[in-house]
Amino acid sequence: MSTDTGIQGIYFDNNATTMVDPEVVEAMLPFFTEQFGNPSSMHLFGNKVGLAIKKARAQVQELLGAEHDSEIVFTSCGTESDSTAILSALKAQPDRKEIITTVVEHPAVLALCEHLEKEGYKVHYLEVDGKGRLDLDVYRGLLTDQVAIVSVMWANNETGTLFPVLEMAEMAREAGVLFHTDAVQAVGKVPIDLKSSAIDMLSLSGHKLHAPKGIGVLYLRRNTRFRPLLRGGHQERGRRAGTENTASIVALGKACELAMEHMRHEQTIVRQLRDRLEQGILEAVPYSFVTGDPDNRLPNTANIAFEYIEGEAILLLLNKLGIAASSGSACTSGSLEPSHVMRAMGIPYTAAHGTTRFSLSRYNTMAEVERVIQAVPPIVAQLRKLSPYWSGQGPVEEPEKAFAPAYA
Amino acid sequence: MWEYSEKVQEHFFSPRNAGAVADANATGDVGSLSCGDALRLTLKVDPETEVILEAGFQTFGCGSAIASSSALTEIIKGKTLDEALKVTNQDIADYLDGLPPEKMHCSVMGREALQAAVANYRGEEWKDDHEEGALVCKCFAVDSVLIEETIRSNKLTTVEEVVNYTKAGGGCSACHEGIEEILAGVLAESGQTFAPSAKSVAVAMPTPPAKMTNLQRMHRIETVLESIRPTLQRDHGDVELVDIDGKNVYVDMKGACAGCQMASVTLEGIQERIIDELGEFVRVLPSQAMPRAERAYG
Repeated sequence: MSTDTGIQGIYFDNNATTMVDPEVVEAMLPFFTEQFGNPSSMHLFGNKVGLAIKKARAQVQELLGAEHDSEIVFTSCGTESDSTAILSALKAQPDRKEIITTVVEHPAVLALCEHLEKEGYKVHYLEVDGKGRLDLDVYRGLLTDQVAIVSVMWANNETGTLFPVLEMAEMAREAGVLFHTDAVQAVGKVPIDLKSSAIDMLSLSGHKLHAPKGIGVLYLRRNTRFRPLLRGGHQERGRRAGTENTASIVALGKACELAMEHMRHEQTIVRQLRDRLEQGILEAVPYSFVTGDPDNRLPNTANIAFEYIEGEAILLLLNKLGIAASSGSACTSGSLEPSHVMRAMGIPYTAAHGTTRFSLSRYNTMAEVERVIQAVPPIVAQLRKLSPYWSGQGPVEEPEKAFAPAYA
Repeated sequence: MWEYSEKVQEHFFSPRNAGAVADANATGDVGSLSCGDALRLTLKVDPETEVILEAGFQTFGCGSAIASSSALTEIIKGKTLDEALKVTNQDIADYLDGLPPEKMHCSVMGREALQAAVANYRGEEWKDDHEEGALVCKCFAVDSVLIEETIRSNKLTTVEEVVNYTKAGGGCSACHEGIEEILAGVLAESGQTFAPSAKSVAVAMPTPPAKMTNLQRMHRIETVLESIRPTLQRDHGDVELVDIDGKNVYVDMKGACAGCQMASVTLEGIQERIIDELGEFVRVLPSQAMPRAERAYG
C-alpha cells in the first residue's frame, strides 16, 4: 500500500528488521567490487578478504563478550543458527531424546521443535504467566539426563520481555545439559558477556542490529560437542560449509562495533523514547494496556493492547499516516489464531487481536514519538466506532455477552 | 502487507453504512473471536414489501472484514430479502474487485451475517453449516477441514487423489507436506498408515481453474481485442477497451463501427471470444452503458 501523504515515514518496527546503518553500507560495498576474492584462495585477492573477515569476527566477539574469536560461526540468518544449535545437540547426544523450550519462542525454534516431536523427540514447553514470565521451579524439575538441549530466547520479539537466561544456563550446566539461547532481539540492545556466562550456544541475526539481511551468527562455546548442519568445505573451521558471504560478514562486524558504541544510547535515550510513547498513548487511549513484563524488558519495545478492535485495521490506518508498526492479530500473520505469545499470557481475544507493537531504534526521535502519540488515539476511536463491542464512550455492558456471534 | 484492491482500501478507509441502524428489525451476529473477525449486521426491513430500507454494520476485524461489511450493506440496500439472499460471497468479493485467498472468509462472513439477519427477521433460527480450518492450499484457497472431510468421505489415500478431489495442492505444490500430514492423521483414525510413493507426486491439472489476477485477466481481454481489431480496421472500424468492471467489459466502437447496425452483433462476437479465452462469463457492453459515476474516471 502506498503512503502518498507526503509525510516522511516513521519506522517503529525495528524488531521486525532495521535500517542498515550508512556506515555499515560503506564498509561492505568494496567487497562487492574490488574486494571480490574468495577468502580461501592463496593469492592476494583472497588474502585481503580473509583479513577483513578476521576483523569482523573480532568485532562480533567483542559485542558478545566471547572468550575466543573462533567461537563465532557465521551463518546465513538467525533461523539457521537456531536449527544448527538444536539439531547439533540432538545428533551429538543420540541417547538424549528431550528438549526444553518455551511456549513463546520465535517460530524459528517452535516450528522446528514441533517437527522434531513428529520424529519422536519429547519437547517440554515452559509456560508463562500473565506477564510472560517463566516458572524456574518447573524448569528445574525438567532438567534431567534425558534432555539434549535447552533453547530459551533471551528477549521476546513481541513484548520485549527478558528471560533469565544467565540463571537458566547456570542451572542447565549444573544438570549437565547444553544451553542455547535465541538472542536475535537482545544482541545490540542489552549488554552481553558470554565468557562469564554458562551459555553454550547463542543465535544472532544481522538485520536486527542495522546489518543487512542474510547474515547471522552461531556462538559456539569452545569444547561444546558439535555436529554441523552443512558439511562441505572447510569454511568456518568446517562447522558451517559454504563460501563466506564476505560483504555481509564485514557489514555485520561493523554493525556490532556500532552497536557497542551505541549501547548506552540504547539503554538511556531509546528507553526514554519508548517510555514517553507508551505513557502518552496509555494516557490518551482508554481500555488499552501494556503486555509483557514492563519492569523487565528490552529498552526499545512497547507492546500495547487496544481492546475491542483488530490489529490489522490499526496498522492499515497507521500506515496511511506513514507510521510503521506491527500487530499480534491473526490477520496480520495469515493464521487463524492471534499471536501465540499473547495467547500464552492469557490475553483475551478481544484484546489479543488489537495488540500493536512499537519497536524503536537509535534512529528514532522524540518528535516522531510525539507524532505517533497524536496519531494513535483518533485511529483507535475510529475503529471502536465500528466495533460491535463499543458504544459511545466505552465498551458495551458485559461485552462478551452482549455480542456473542454465531461461529462463521 | 496484503495486496488489497483499490476498492477494498476505499471501503476500509471510508466505510459505508457503519454503525447500527436505528429501529432495526433484523440483526445478524456472526464471526469468530478467535480468528479476530466478527460482524453484527442490522437491517430495517419494510414489513409490507420486505425491502431492505437501511443496512448498517458493526465489525470487529481486519481491513478486508470491514470492507466486506461495507460492500455487503451497499449491495443489499433496496433489495427485497429474497433478492438479498441470492447474494453470494463471490458477489461481495467481486464488488470489491477481489480479495486475497486468505481473506475470502471475510466475504463468507458477510453473506452469513445476511442469512442470520434474515432468519432473525423471520423468527427462524440460523445455524452455520460449515466449519473453517486453517488455510492449507494458498493457490486455490482450500482449508484443512475441507481436505479432511473429503479424505474421509471418499476414502482417499494419496496426495494425488486429494489434489483431484479438492484442487488443494494442484498449483505450486508447496503444501504437499501439509496435505501428507492431514492424510496421515485421517488415515490413522481408521488404523491405516499413509504410504507415500518414492517418486514425486505427478499431478496433472489440465487447465488451472485458478482465478486469474485482475491484471492477467485484463491482459487477456486486451489480447482478444487486439486480435479482433485488424478485422474491424479492414472495414474502417475499430474497437477500444474503455473499462472492465467485474463481469462487465465496456468498449467503444469506433470509425465505421460506431452506429453501425451490426455493432451489437460485433459486440456479441467479441463477447464470445473473450468468454472462450477467460473461461468465465463476461458481458461486453458499449461504453455508453457504463454507470455515470464510473464514467467520470474514464
